[in-house]
Amino acid sequence: MRLWQRRAAVLLAAAAGGVLFARPLLGAEAAAPTTPGVKIDGAYADWRNLWLPPDISQHGHNIDGLIYFLHGFMGVLFVGWGVFFVYCLFRFRQRAGQRADYNLVKAKPSKYAEIAVAIIEAVLLLGFSVPIWASVKNDLPTEAQNPLRVRVLAEQFAWNFHYPGKDGKFGRTAPQFVNTASNPVGLDRSDANAKDDIVSGEMHLPVDRPVICDISSKDVIHSFAVPVLRVKQDAIPGMRIPVWFQATKTGSYEIACAQLCGNNHYSMRAVMVVEPKDRFDHWLEEKSKPPEEFEEE
Amino acid sequence: MSTQTLPYTVHPHPVTGIYSGKFGTWLFLASEVMLFGALFSSYVLLRVGAPEAPSPLHWPSHEETHLSWRIGGFNTLVLIVSSVTMVMAWASLKMGDFSKGRRYLWLTFLLALTFIVVKLSLEYVPKLRGGYVPAKSTFFSLYYTLTGLHGLHVIGGMVVIGYFLGPGAALWKRDPEYYTNRIECTGLYWHFVDLVWIFLFPVLYLM
Amino acid sequence: MSSHDHHTQGHGSGAHHELSFWRHYVFSTDHKVIGVQYGITALCFLFLGFCLMMMMRWQLAYPGQPMPVIGKFFGEAAMPGGIMLPEFYNSLGAMHGTIMVFLGVVPLLVGAFGNYVMPLQIGAPDMAFPKLNMASYWVFAVGGIVMLVSFFVPGGAANSGWTSYAPLSVIATMGQTLWLIGMVFLITSSLLGSVNFIVTIIQLRAKGLSMFRLPFFVWAQLVTAFLLLLAFPPLEAAGVMQLMDRVAGTSFFMPEGLVVSGVPSTVAGGGSPLLWQHLFWFLAHPEVYVLILPALGIVAEIIANNTRKPLWGYRPMVYSAIFLGFMSFIVWAHHMFMTGMGPTISTFFATTTMIISIPSVIILTALVISLYRASIRFTVPMLFALAFLPMFAIGGLTGLPLGLPASDIPLHDTYYVIGHFHYVVAPGTIFGIFAGIYYWYPKVTGRKMNDVLGKIHFWLSFVFINMVFGPMFVQGLAGVSRRLYSQVGYAHGEAVQSWTITSSWGAWLLGLAQIFFIVNFFMSMRAGKKVSDNPWEATTLEWAAPSPPPHGNFTTPPVVYRPPYEYSVPGLAKDYFPQHAAAEA
Ligand code: HEM
Ligand SMILES: [Cu+2]
Ligand SMILES: [Cu+2]
Repeated sequence: MRLWQRRAAVLLAAAAGGVLFARPLLGAEAAAPTTPGVKIDGAYADWRNLWLPPDISQHGHNIDGLIYFLHGFMGVLFVGWGVFFVYCLFRFRQRAGQRADYNLVKAKPSKYAEIAVAIIEAVLLLGFSVPIWASVKNDLPTEAQNPLRVRVLAEQFAWNFHYPGKDGKFGRTAPQFVNTASNPVGLDRSDANAKDDIVSGEMHLPVDRPVICDISSKDVIHSFAVPVLRVKQDAIPGMRIPVWFQATKTGSYEIACAQLCGNNHYSMRAVMVVEPKDRFDHWLEEKSKPPEEFEEE
Repeated sequence: MSTQTLPYTVHPHPVTGIYSGKFGTWLFLASEVMLFGALFSSYVLLRVGAPEAPSPLHWPSHEETHLSWRIGGFNTLVLIVSSVTMVMAWASLKMGDFSKGRRYLWLTFLLALTFIVVKLSLEYVPKLRGGYVPAKSTFFSLYYTLTGLHGLHVIGGMVVIGYFLGPGAALWKRDPEYYTNRIECTGLYWHFVDLVWIFLFPVLYLM
Repeated sequence: MSSHDHHTQGHGSGAHHELSFWRHYVFSTDHKVIGVQYGITALCFLFLGFCLMMMMRWQLAYPGQPMPVIGKFFGEAAMPGGIMLPEFYNSLGAMHGTIMVFLGVVPLLVGAFGNYVMPLQIGAPDMAFPKLNMASYWVFAVGGIVMLVSFFVPGGAANSGWTSYAPLSVIATMGQTLWLIGMVFLITSSLLGSVNFIVTIIQLRAKGLSMFRLPFFVWAQLVTAFLLLLAFPPLEAAGVMQLMDRVAGTSFFMPEGLVVSGVPSTVAGGGSPLLWQHLFWFLAHPEVYVLILPALGIVAEIIANNTRKPLWGYRPMVYSAIFLGFMSFIVWAHHMFMTGMGPTISTFFATTTMIISIPSVIILTALVISLYRASIRFTVPMLFALAFLPMFAIGGLTGLPLGLPASDIPLHDTYYVIGHFHYVVAPGTIFGIFAGIYYWYPKVTGRKMNDVLGKIHFWLSFVFINMVFGPMFVQGLAGVSRRLYSQVGYAHGEAVQSWTITSSWGAWLLGLAQIFFIVNFFMSMRAGKKVSDNPWEATTLEWAAPSPPPHGNFTTPPVVYRPPYEYSVPGLAKDYFPQHAAAEA
């Protein structure tokens, strides 16, 4: 490469880097969260956003730790490898007197590096990922821990949250009872257990109490994603899949749909309110009063 | 033409031991195995996942499917015999007897035709008329998809055999060995189509 | 294009006869003509796929604002008042993915480079089945046309993502039916092609060209052909089943009790939505190796040529490629960790995923060590090949957190995934493709592409492509879902919207940068510098043929005497020792 070309390259790279990093900072004020309705906690429009959102779950720090470590590991590999790469490009560029060496080097270090990578991957998988996954999937809270059970029923393009009410029992549901406006989950109102059931489009949860969500869908596949909780579970029609978590911080947060589910996939958003026990109980109380317009059915 | 200068179209490669056409046919059959393999796996998955008897979605018994093992069995026999005639056709050509080979090819063709006619007139049409349409249940979805795809393969085979009985026969005059090789490849394919049916028959009619 | 000396430069057999225009350029059975046909068609599709994406990037950066100028042309059904509708966005997204993968990249890597270069590199006069080769191209073309037509049917093109997950795809508009039919054609074309490739590589190698003297590119094509041969049929089966679900009302992928838009569904039920995903990913994971292996092959050729020394670790690379091929059939469910998978199965697939990362590391390491004690020529193809390495590394490394189920939880189905696989396929594979075009252009046309334009193209592309995909990792970590028509409805999306804008500008600037390529590509056909048959002083067989090679390829059938990359052999005057040279000339 000639000198001017090298200079031009460096300049270009610097300019691009500048644009890349300056833009979000310049645009930061304009992009302050202005979502209508509830003020959402934990969505930053500043440098903190270069990383994962805040974590308000009990189990999340394990996952975050793993992701931190992984990115550190990736960084080390990339930089180490990149230094060698750039060194070679510079040191062994074609120039007068530079002749390639036909003989191949014995590269012991690379073999060691490959073995090290394999070992670290094995440790990450067996030592960290597997236990975390097992606890997320299998160690559902026991009755003694008094978990709250909520059924999450997805539909195009909304989330329905179905609480069992005071009796702690879910009423019978069936497709033929579904009415998008008045009975979104298809409760059989003749079932005694259904009398006190609560169905809401906003999720309310008590803080510091385990929650088991049974995720399902009425129509297509959706995905129940709560970034601040480090929770994600596909909502698959015909299946009811439990996930559990425990929120540790009160506030209003966002539930997103993470699986393409149709035209309005982008707006399939719900608000999750994590609140102290008394506020939560109060909300349940309010909600279980049957709304007037449903009475005449 | 470049094709004339290509090596191993007729004679086997010294290392692999086969000519290119046969090699290609085997590869094609490997991909066919994956195709039907995927369908059979789907069959297993859906059958295992089906609920037990009182549910309307349970897996139907033979009485409920009304599939006759006699018709299925007859067609099985037809295909097995057609595999034999196919081998005979190739063997005759190999020994240089074109007219005998041709007769066996015709026989194979007619047996295949028998299979299709029986399948359509005694099975598909009455079934569809009787309301046993693909949408009726998972079983019938699979039945029509599997047998339909197999049927298309049979028809495909008939087209190829028909070609070698008709315009393709001219090749015999130019290069008998080349022609014989092509019949051999057709035969490989034909045996595969039979083999698929030999799996399909018990799975759909007997199990 | 290449002048008519196809005819005059001599037929191996001497049997000279004129072919009509149609037989020569349209329904040709010459692997080189077919390769060029594939190349031109696929480059057009690649460009189309990129244009779809540039439109989507407007909506993402400036949601709900009318698109300047272009917006007017799309009519009320897609962009009323120049504002993109969500259904149109989803069509664009699904078709971007489909077109890029099945109509752009694979046809380029396999159909164009594979077809053109591979027979030359093995010293064959043509493919083993020239007519089948022609059929592959035309079946591919029909598939492409079906896909294009689908944009104009009511409801527009398929809009359920390139993955076409059921039940969404089953209840989707008519475009999905055409998508499935188009896919059946594309799959058939790939199957014909892969049979042809394997037979050609095994049967038609020149005398002396043993398997371990094959250039790495040929090995990559061989493994790729096996992947296509064995992975595509299950998708064909799945496509037929989905077609049945849509057309005949079956319920392979439909469970009972669905209620769509408040209306209970009438299908019998009893099917499984996850069955589709298993069948789809059984294809689509091997497919990502189809997208990368031939690109690795191209890069390996160019690195060997421009370092002027043998590839380091040729054999380990070959074994790694074979191993990758095998393993790629048993990792598919790592795309499905969030479907409610239990610990046993997820551990199995995470383990296979970690194992498959090792051969990729080995190949990459081998290519980098090849630079050591070399004499590196920074030609334009070499620049792209070199840039491929760190880009592919980023793509591969960011696959780690996605391959471990626990760390996949926050990242699955976010922009992190989009960033990850685009680093593999865009600055990775696409750079490999550019490298290949600059490298083999002189073989196809007898002329070289312009260096200065090439270098400008490289540097601008390199910078802007990182500007497109780098920000996606930030978006993904912030939790922004993929396939969103707009992310600003979410507070956590709006918070990182500025990155989206950065990325969009990157995409448009990247588009502008391609002008340097397009101009160079066409200009060099007439005005490019005329070069010799072996302008890069390379060792492999394709350079032993005239440029452009005549019908039948070689004036005399080549014989091979040595391994593929004998550069800088001690004691020789020249720093390269061609495979076919009996002794130094
Ligand atoms: C270089 C220019 C490219 C740009 C700017 C680009 C950009 C994007 C973006 C932003 C998305 C996400 C869309 C969304 O989630 O709504 C996407 C999706 C996708 N891209 Fe690209 N891409 C490029 C090249 C490629 C190439 C070369 C390939 C394939 C080889 C490819 C394959 C895909 C696929 C499969 C998807 C997923 C589509 C889906 O969600 O169904 N892209 N691309
Ligand atoms: Cu959704
Ligand atoms: Cu969605």
